[in-house]
Amino acid sequence: MEFLNALVAITNYVIIPATAYGAQLALGALGVTLVYSILRFSNFAHGDTMAFGTGVVILITWGFQAMGISFGPLPTALLALPFGIVVTSALMLGTDKVVYQYYRKVKAAPVVMVMVSVGVMFIMNALTRFLIGVDQINFADGARFVINARQWREMTGMSEPLTLRSTQVITVVTAILVVWALFWFLGRTRTGKSMRAFSDNEDLALLSGIDPNRVVAVTWIITGALATIAGTLYGLDKSFKAFTYFQLLLPIFASAIVGGIGNPVGAIAGGFVISFSEVGLTYAWKKVVTYLIPNWEPDGLVQLLSTDYKYAVSFTILILVLIFKPTGLFKGKIV
Amino acid sequence: MSYLSAANMTGGYGKADILHDCTLTVEKGEIAVIVGPNGAGKSTAMKAVFGMLNLREGRVTLDGSDITALSPQDRVKKGMGFVPQVNNVFPTMSVEENLEMGAFIRNDDFKVTMEQVFTLFPILKDKRRQNAGELSGGQRQQVAVGRALMTQPKLLMLDEPTAGVSPIVMDELFDRIIEVARTGISILMVEQNARQALEIADKGYVLVQGENKYTDTGKALLADPDVRRTFLGG
Amino acid sequence: MSTSRQADSAAGGRLRAPLFFALMAALIVLEGMTSGWNSALGILNMGLLSAIMALGVNMQWGYAGLFNAGAMGFVALGGLAPVLISMPPTQGAFKAGGFGILAAFAVAAIAVLGAVWLYRNLRGKLRGLAVTGVLIVGFFAYRWLFDPAVEVIEAINPSAAGNLGGLGLPTLVSWPVGALLAACAAWLVGKIALGLRSDYLAIATLGIAEIVVAVLKNEQWLDRGVLNVNGIPRPWPVPYEIDLQNSHAFVAKMQAWGIDPTLGSTITVKLAFLLLFVIVIFALIWLTEMSLRSPWGRMMRAIRDNEVSAAAMGKNVTRRHLQIFVLGSAVIGLAGAMMISLDGQMTPSSYNPLRYTFIVLVMVIVGGSGSNWGSILGGVLIWYVWVKAGDWGPDIMALLASPFPAGPFKEHMIDSAAHMRMLVMGIILLGVLRFSPRGLLPEK
Ligand SMILES: Nc1ncnc2c1ncn2[C@@H]1O[C@H](COP(=O)(O)OP(=O)(O)O)[C@@H](O)[C@H]1O
Ligand SMILES: [Mg+2]
Repeated sequence: MEFLNALVAITNYVIIPATAYGAQLALGALGVTLVYSILRFSNFAHGDTMAFGTGVVILITWGFQAMGISFGPLPTALLALPFGIVVTSALMLGTDKVVYQYYRKVKAAPVVMVMVSVGVMFIMNALTRFLIGVDQINFADGARFVINARQWREMTGMSEPLTLRSTQVITVVTAILVVWALFWFLGRTRTGKSMRAFSDNEDLALLSGIDPNRVVAVTWIITGALATIAGTLYGLDKSFKAFTYFQLLLPIFASAIVGGIGNPVGAIAGGFVISFSEVGLTYAWKKVVTYLIPNWEPDGLVQLLSTDYKYAVSFTILILVLIFKPTGLFKGKIV
Repeated sequence: MSYLSAANMTGGYGKADILHDCTLTVEKGEIAVIVGPNGAGKSTAMKAVFGMLNLREGRVTLDGSDITALSPQDRVKKGMGFVPQVNNVFPTMSVEENLEMGAFIRNDDFKVTMEQVFTLFPILKDKRRQNAGELSGGQRQQVAVGRALMTQPKLLMLDEPTAGVSPIVMDELFDRIIEVARTGISILMVEQNARQALEIADKGYVLVQGENKYTDTGKALLADPDVRRTFLGG
Repeated sequence: MSTSRQADSAAGGRLRAPLFFALMAALIVLEGMTSGWNSALGILNMGLLSAIMALGVNMQWGYAGLFNAGAMGFVALGGLAPVLISMPPTQGAFKAGGFGILAAFAVAAIAVLGAVWLYRNLRGKLRGLAVTGVLIVGFFAYRWLFDPAVEVIEAINPSAAGNLGGLGLPTLVSWPVGALLAACAAWLVGKIALGLRSDYLAIATLGIAEIVVAVLKNEQWLDRGVLNVNGIPRPWPVPYEIDLQNSHAFVAKMQAWGIDPTLGSTITVKLAFLLLFVIVIFALIWLTEMSLRSPWGRMMRAIRDNEVSAAAMGKNVTRRHLQIFVLGSAVIGLAGAMMISLDGQMTPSSYNPLRYTFIVLVMVIVGGSGSNWGSILGGVLIWYVWVKAGDWGPDIMALLASPFPAGPFKEHMIDSAAHMRMLVMGIILLGVLRFSPRGLLPEK
């Protein structure tokens, strides 16, 4: 029984939140890794793109709510999501036309592209602020729980509570659908394959008559979509705050690099490695320890790291990977 | 007028010219071979013919029409195929996908062409689901040639197709190339193994420092004592 | 490349730099005449500090093409120096917990070194187990020593102290120490991330910056965390306003000049800081220009202009990059320490990556990558624009919003004016990168 209680506690406080967070990171890292493999630079504007996309979704959600449109037990934001994707992807395409295209033409060094993406980051940041401000916003509506603590107790009779929030389920389900669609696209469609070809060997792709402008355009559209979805899911699960999204850049980059930057499977694996390490290391294990070791009450919280240092976890894993395996767990593109 | 004529090409990558008044021609259904020492500009000449280099002077015509200003992609559409010396496959894509990408500009059904490539290189059929990056050097070259054949080119350009493969595989590859030429495809090829290449060549070019040093039929070049001494090792 | 550079600088003319600096001076004077000299000198002082940060970033980006996305971390780390060096020690804190903390750090260091040693000297399965074991045991030993020590220190007079305090040394001493702290952190990061793909350094520095600030916010025993450290002593010879106002000689002199003594005292203090900053800047420029002309500097630029051929010539590119990265970060740390002694307080929550990392990059790019005088100009100019965009934003927005009827939309527009500066910075950065990639004062 005690063992079961420990298991429930771990599921409730570690496995469920880390899975949801990992799915959000994975979607973010997929966006970063896609830009990296096609356009060959680390996009520092990605966090702010996520913030922008989510801002648009929130505004549209409010619009729907004002019109009395709802999505039943699901959050209205899911209805607004497609519109947010369209707006964000359009902005990405516009940014490419106005900003990035020129640097591709002059074959700028990757590090210059990173600098350019910092400029884009400023603009995105400003747009998000104009759009929706800097405050924390909760925009989740609909049913809050799939299983709440009372239901759990009635169902199992266990004293240790377990809750499953609907946003967590929505996050995971959406992420699975999106990843499935993305892999289907990259693996089965002509356009998707041409993107992989372009990522593999740009010169040969050109020789084969693959249109680089089309590849790049599709990449930005997908990146906009991934950023908006990742941002919206994160915002539904936790809350929206523009600055938090900028800070997400670190765990997202860490996920992409840990998995092997440029490798989509790696991005997903990396997302979960980072999320489980972060949640696991900052969780106070006291309860679990008390269940598992009878007759012993630890005096501390048995928390390895304060949650204030959660970004240190991403950083440390990033550093370890850079030291021991710079190409990442799954072989990424050249270091 | 020759089927392909690249006349008086002069140019390079930056300020300094690599090619100096270099001329290459290939007739219909003929095998033309470029040989020469390392760094002579053989690859550069191939790139120039394929439009991957800005020429300061010179003219390239294919089947009578001037293609000097066309992009490489447009030259592919005109019926040229190119197998670069290095990085000539998509390493994380399967053999089949590599061939599919070769046919990217085609809007018709390319199944038949793919079967033809598989008939030419049977090993590729067995490995069709394997990633090109995991294949051996010889197999990878076959993928590279197969990819270029997917557009059904009338002129196939090969830059050192036998680089880094074992002698047995090399003979095999030469046989395949002759087979391709017999179907009426013109071939322009750069080769390190000069003697063997000139044996199968209808026409040979010896390139030195970006200039045509000797131009003749393959047989005549093999017989020429100067060429033998300086380029064929006696 | 080299010929076009010379042609450009000839075309720009010798007057280019003096002209831009005159423009900058005119802007400051204008500010002084319209908003008062306190405000003008305030902008100038902060601008000069930003210019020093820009100098450091320019060494990395301009000389070597290294992207430091974590200047904030080095600024913050440098800022820790005045707290640790020039604040008075907290009575009894060191005795109560100082040794515990030192012992904890020693244990941590031994564990890490031991793990590294085991990693190097063992093979196979045993290695993984041994390294993990040492690290885990080390971690728990560290926490066992560290936690109680922190608890006692933070219990000492928590409303005013609760930290270890400093060494009580002169503030000027803390400036090079700030540089040293930043240099140490830079060495660690650079050692790991340099030599890999160029943007990995950017990502690693982004991370270290977040972590440094997290440490400063949360480790109360060190710097009181979000409770802030106030009353950090001023560097010699900057006086305190109150002392000046109480000095008869000073008051008499001000009155003789027809200046209000209170105003006079604040301006005198700012001028004293200004003097110190200018001395530091000239020293830094002299040093950097000297080193750039030395064989070392020529090699640095050769590497930047063509990494591949420099490596082919047998230059150890990664080692040179590490040197310049550490030096540049030291300069950024120095600026961080100077800034804390100007402010007189350490407020960890005020470190914001946009302000201390990304704006500094804008300064470097606008001034001209690789150009030291450019960084100075860019530093002051962009700081001026940043401050002014905050002031003017609402006015401009009010003008733009005037045709709209009063209501939530208009309110929203006017409220969002405060964010105008982000947009301005983005547009400036992208505009310069695109249309004048060599900046206002191009490298010679
Ligand atoms: N991408 C390039 N950029 C600049 N110079 C090049 C490039 N590729 C080759 N070269 C130079 O052009 C010359 C000819 O090279 P190449 O055509 O590859 O010779 P080959 O194929 O005959 O061995 C060499 O001096 C080489 O250094
Ligand atoms: Mg070659």
